[in-house]
Amino acid sequence: MYELVTGPLAWIAFGIFVLGLLYRLVGYIRGLNWQMDRVTYTVNVAYGVKGALRSIFYWLVPFGTRSWRFYPGFTILVFVFHICLLVTPVFLKGHNVLLLERWGFSLPTLPEGLADAMTVTLIAAAVFIVLRRIALPEVRILTKPYDYLVLAIAVAPFLTGFLAYHQVGSYNFWIVAHVLSGEIMLVAIPFTKLSHFLLFFLSRAQLGMDYGIKRGGMKNKGMAW
Amino acid sequence: MPEGILCNKQIVDTKAKLDALLADKSGKQYYAEMKQLDVDTKALWATLQKTCKSRMRTWLEICAHCGMCADSCFFYLANNRDPRQVPSYKIQSTLGEMIRRKGNVDNDFMHMVMDTAWAKCSCCNRCATYCPFGIDMGVMFGYVRGLCFAQGFVPWELKIGSGMHRIYNAQMDITTEDWVDTCEWMAEEYEEDWPGLEIPVDKHNADIMYTVNAREPKHYPEDLAEAAILFHIAGEHWTVPSQGWEETSLAMFAGDWGACKIQVESVYAAMERLKPKRMVVTECGHAYRATVLEGPYWAGLESGKTPIDSFHYVEWVAEALRTGKLKIDPAKKIKEPVTYQDSCNYVRNGGLGDCAREIMSYIAEDFREMTPCREHNFCCGGGGGLNGIGRYRQERNIGLTVKRDQILATGAKLVVAPCHNCWDAIRDLEEIYKIGIRWTFLKPLLLSMVKVPAHLLPKDE
Repeated sequence: MYELVTGPLAWIAFGIFVLGLLYRLVGYIRGLNWQMDRVTYTVNVAYGVKGALRSIFYWLVPFGTRSWRFYPGFTILVFVFHICLLVTPVFLKGHNVLLLERWGFSLPTLPEGLADAMTVTLIAAAVFIVLRRIALPEVRILTKPYDYLVLAIAVAPFLTGFLAYHQVGSYNFWIVAHVLSGEIMLVAIPFTKLSHFLLFFLSRAQLGMDYGIKRGGMKNKGMAW
Repeated sequence: MPEGILCNKQIVDTKAKLDALLADKSGKQYYAEMKQLDVDTKALWATLQKTCKSRMRTWLEICAHCGMCADSCFFYLANNRDPRQVPSYKIQSTLGEMIRRKGNVDNDFMHMVMDTAWAKCSCCNRCATYCPFGIDMGVMFGYVRGLCFAQGFVPWELKIGSGMHRIYNAQMDITTEDWVDTCEWMAEEYEEDWPGLEIPVDKHNADIMYTVNAREPKHYPEDLAEAAILFHIAGEHWTVPSQGWEETSLAMFAGDWGACKIQVESVYAAMERLKPKRMVVTECGHAYRATVLEGPYWAGLESGKTPIDSFHYVEWVAEALRTGKLKIDPAKKIKEPVTYQDSCNYVRNGGLGDCAREIMSYIAEDFREMTPCREHNFCCGGGGGLNGIGRYRQERNIGLTVKRDQILATGAKLVVAPCHNCWDAIRDLEEIYKIGIRWTFLKPLLLSMVKVPAHLLPKDE
């Protein structure tokens, strides 16, 4: 079973992940229309690029925008969650051992204690995100079962990985569950709300170009996000 | 009954149709007919498939349902944080639902969509600046208005307004003769006090082509005279076009994209005809948004720019003060606390916040910013056409409370509001809530404090 999930299934999952994202990228760009969106994507390019980069940059910086500053608690939650989500798996020692074995190279790795702490932090952040969904009326009204499913897909690899690493119960069960849930996440990224992995950048760039070109960017220093 | 006599899917492009609508007091018959209006679900779905593409589809799809847009919306704040006023909820339950149902929606649903698109969103675009994904619900509601308009579900006043643009190239029934007469009348009226004052019509190759909001010639012609006097004092070589003088676009508020195109093309034609160096737009926010920012796209101008460079009035004023064309008498500067209403359309969505500050630095001694201000200021409460829609008066009045509280917090009793919609909304909020404030455009303020060069003063006889 382990061979299957880390062999052919892993290839399929990574394949769908990469091709799926490419499909989304091409689809997004092809679906843009300067006249309908009212943004001259291919004219006034320098203003567009500047607007796009500013729009992405300020939103990637914790407390970099008025909105991030307005909701400090949630901002911390969001950044902690995403940093742990992206950094932990890439620089995990176990993953890099595998990488070295299979592909002959590896990346720098996190101390195991830190990786463990980041995993727990991510799970805790997810719990708070769920509690916030339930507690705040303005979030509750937006929440659908799908939102919980997407969060579960993102958290499952961490939970199963944590249980496998600490050998809670059957290691063989958890490790297969871990790899499978990771593959489910990879496949889900292009086709669910997790597509914001890519579409965050495209959508932010688009609005940034809108502000950079049409909505004042040619007359001021740039939108004060 | 698929189509009403007054409320239907047709555009208003004849005077007879327009008069019939105008004769229907408060749109009584119009709204009664709307209750029977059929939805052309096939056409709706076809439009959605053709025009709701990757930008908006992505916005609807990736919305994380995080609720960060909630506090950005003044309607949400003014309605005791009613979750149904969260921008994401408003768009998901209208446009999102339309797409989920593949356009298969009924009359009740379209009523709900109309009430949401016009009475729960002023298209101020503030939510877009609070969403981490850059989801602009104001843009989407602008689009939804277009869908509603095509199906005949549009507030009565805006159906009339868009018809006015199609028939008169103006939001009101002002003919070319009316307009030119008003220009002549105002020049004559003020000539005695301002010898040599002119409102030059159709002068070629002027430095400035000045364009206005139809309300000015119709209801406040003095505004036109004040503009003329200020240009006169500043020594500008300017003109107004006899045709293509109207900058506003109730068609944009209505979602009548065809009329939007007709309207802005009338202005662009004047630019081509008179070949001025630049255009200056009066103190109106949505006029600037429509004709200068969005208009080039409706007209299919691939540069995304108007045929000649175009400026909002605040840009001209800031420049005139900076270059000394207009000089302020220091003794006459505003001494009392004064605040400034940043218009969504030319500040958040036009980037002109700096001009406003520059102007205030010349004319006010105790300028107080609202909180928040500039790009993050709240809508006045009357934007997006809401001021003019009787059906939504109550919703509008509730929305005004956010602006009321913002103004009160500054401690200022005078509000500078260089935008017709903001000016109206602030006037109405004073009428309703009586907080003891005054409000003003820039022109009368400037005239009260500008130094007049001796050679322009009337000679004593």
